[in-house]
Amino acid sequence: MSSNIDIDYVAKLARIELGEEEKKKFSAQLGQVLEYFEKLSAVDVSGVEPSAHAHALCNVWREDEAEPAMGVEDALMNAPKKRENQIVVPKVVDEA
Amino acid sequence: MSDIFYKSVAELEKMLDAREISAVELLKIFAKRKRDVDAKVGAFISADEVSALEAAEKSDRRRAEGRKLGHLDGIPVGLKDNLAVKGQPLTCASKMLEKFVSPYTGTVLSKLEGQGAVFWGRLNMDEFAMGSSCETSALAKTRNPWDLSRIPGGSSGGSAASVAAGECACSLGSDTGGSIRQPAALCGVVGLKPTYGLVSRYGLAAFASSLDQIGPLARSVEDAALLLRAIAGYDRLDSTSFKAEIPDYPSLLSREAFKGKKIGVPKEYFGAGVDPDVRRLVDEAISKCVELGARAEEISLPHTDLAIPVYYIIATAEASSNLARYDGIRYTHRSPDARDATDIYYKSRAEGFGEEVKRRIILGSYVLSSGYYDAYYLRAQKVRTLIRSDFEKAFGGVDVIMTPTSPTTAFKVGEKTSDPLSMYLSDICTINVNLAGLPALSVPCGFSNGLPVGLQMIGRAFGEADLLSCAYAYEKAAGFAGITPNI
Repeated sequence: MSSNIDIDYVAKLARIELGEEEKKKFSAQLGQVLEYFEKLSAVDVSGVEPSAHAHALCNVWREDEAEPAMGVEDALMNAPKKRENQIVVPKVVDEA
Repeated sequence: MSDIFYKSVAELEKMLDAREISAVELLKIFAKRKRDVDAKVGAFISADEVSALEAAEKSDRRRAEGRKLGHLDGIPVGLKDNLAVKGQPLTCASKMLEKFVSPYTGTVLSKLEGQGAVFWGRLNMDEFAMGSSCETSALAKTRNPWDLSRIPGGSSGGSAASVAAGECACSLGSDTGGSIRQPAALCGVVGLKPTYGLVSRYGLAAFASSLDQIGPLARSVEDAALLLRAIAGYDRLDSTSFKAEIPDYPSLLSREAFKGKKIGVPKEYFGAGVDPDVRRLVDEAISKCVELGARAEEISLPHTDLAIPVYYIIATAEASSNLARYDGIRYTHRSPDARDATDIYYKSRAEGFGEEVKRRIILGSYVLSSGYYDAYYLRAQKVRTLIRSDFEKAFGGVDVIMTPTSPTTAFKVGEKTSDPLSMYLSDICTINVNLAGLPALSVPCGFSNGLPVGLQMIGRAFGEADLLSCAYAYEKAAGFAGITPNI
């Protein structure tokens, strides 16, 4: 495990724009946190199953039946920009 | 303590039933209390007095017509600002959701409405529940009612401070790594994190889905039991919810709870980082439980000190995935400067999230990223298994485990904000319980230099009835309930 974080790469994965100051600060702080995480590398985990949950439930199904759902008006009530029951975003595809 | 705003939920129900007070009068008392003290305490992000009064009027009409809905009919309940009620704001104390209004009502909130509870206020929290002091909130500053220069704890700091200051009768919070118990301890109230799966998470803004639980904060164990009875139960809308039998918690409370019980005292929780005064008060509390009929023995939970790295890997990994939904496109803040679709993500998230949230999303993205997944995330999940089995083994021999809730009393505002690691280390006593999915509560066990100290009791999975009963027996014998801050 390395305690140096490639901050530009990870910020890109997280889709968060960081300023230069933030990058410097986070790199230093997270480096310290990752160093602390090194504790885990000394633990013998051979043969131990990972826990995704405290009390594992698997295959929780429901009947595939249509039910009333949230209406369009409610679903879009918080949209930052909308028109004709749709969310408006900047153009994604360039015209040829 | 004849003040009505400091009466217990159980007492208020009796007063309402006897027509000694109306629900409208009761709400007005809490609204006045909020006006009188919240400029200092800062527990609320918002409060819609008009809607709350309407709900109280309806409650009064129901009682007059003999149609009382449940024990909570007419009782003002405060809500952490990450719980969804249709038509109410839900900010998660973040600029990202500053203008968000919930289009639906979560299961626990529907259950409370079904009981006739009056929702009173949206309470401050650390942003997206990430923090241990309420200081990461982008929207309000909450202070500890016992000492206004100190933090109330977090993340449910508003939920704890409002109950401690008499601004609501009781409240709901959420607990991912101690976020109900730690502020309850630091503000001198009772806080319960239920067994994972006992209470539906539908309508709780997700932080770390394998750890989050909604739970009650109250001024007495009985009130916490009343509130838990109202919110517990299977819900098909939460696929991790359990089909467990829900006992009638309040009627099972007994002063005799410790007869024949064995208390486990894990030595790892009383180490160097624990304030000597906190340690002394917790030791005295355990002695009190022994006087009440229990036996106590030292036990070991050997993987305890690994909980911080395990928790901060798992919780941030889950958070980085859960918080991907705040994209600037559909229902959040959108940056006015964004030029194209991907720019919306980068800029809206840069502007909408505060520093701690960004730090945790970055950390979570890192531990999940290609090349690091096995070393961090998968390894943490394996150590999580070891932590769970520590508790399983311990509960083979003891009935309840007792520890401090927090290693120290409330710290000063600003004391830990520049050092995230020291803030993370303050969660040492509570996070193991979330990793193991067990129920645990904090109950007041005394004061150190005028600041409240909490005793944590940890129970077997779905053993809330026993756990609450032990806390009740201790609370009645210890006599710290009912001591209120001078504010």
